[in-house]
Amino acid sequence: MTAPAQDGYQDGNALAGPLGELFAVDLTVAECRCAGCGLAGPVASLRLYGPAPGLVARCPGCEEVVLRLVRGPGSAWLDLRGAVTLRIPLGSEDAF
Amino acid sequence: MAIISRGFRGRAREGGGKLPPGQYLTDDFPVLSAGPTPRVDTDRWEFTVETESGQAHRWSWAELLALPYETPTVDIHCVTKWSKLGTTWRGVSLDVLLEDVESAADYALVHSYGGYTTNLPLEDLLDGKAWIAYRYEGEEITPAHGGPARLLVPHLYFWKSAKWVRGIRLLDEDWPGFWETAGYHDYGDPWREQRYQDD
Repeated sequence: MTAPAQDGYQDGNALAGPLGELFAVDLTVAECRCAGCGLAGPVASLRLYGPAPGLVARCPGCEEVVLRLVRGPGSAWLDLRGAVTLRIPLGSEDAF
Repeated sequence: MAIISRGFRGRAREGGGKLPPGQYLTDDFPVLSAGPTPRVDTDRWEFTVETESGQAHRWSWAELLALPYETPTVDIHCVTKWSKLGTTWRGVSLDVLLEDVESAADYALVHSYGGYTTNLPLEDLLDGKAWIAYRYEGEEITPAHGGPARLLVPHLYFWKSAKWVRGIRLLDEDWPGFWETAGYHDYGDPWREQRYQDD
């Protein structure tokens, strides 16, 4: 085996570029609640593995998968099953 | 005066015809990770096969090592486009492990310590095509590469060769695994370049 053990991950801030391709708002500042343990925190605080074969963002509390993003040649696949909600900061003028 | 030409033969094909389309050769062994690396003590390691009727078969680490093994030398192809030729493993053929398992299932869902899953037709695990591998190039498989034991199914893209393998569920219906539910191809034949859904 030539490759060293690579157990490393980035923080969720690194999702800003890949998610920015899909959404008009910066989702890394959104607060997500983990479906596994209920921990809530910004997407930027998730532990991000990848990028290949895909991005896998895990909860810093329980290590369960919160978000997955695979970018294929003509499509992106986004899986948010591990997030109960995303609370996305918006301007107050559009509140109803 | 005759002009002797050796002719245009084109570029020598990398890998001598052993390289599937879109792949490049590497001598390294890249590590791709979708989560923290499980550290599985062989004292508590077990491998299970559960049939579609719920019958379970279990092997401890000692029981696995007591089974007849093979030492396949195979080429491996990662969907991220690297290929590595002539890798040698030691492991137990799935033909041995499934020999006494009564099942009419068509599909298998492989699951791992750490929660990873991958699916494939049961026939792709049989007839000398798949092993539970526990040594690589004469040494124990490191945790980063899936040790203590990983599935080895070299005729499919390497994400099907689940690291840290824990068991196989035999199913009547196809049940997509971790990457197969996130855009990757259900079958993953490197020679047909089945990387993503619809490829």
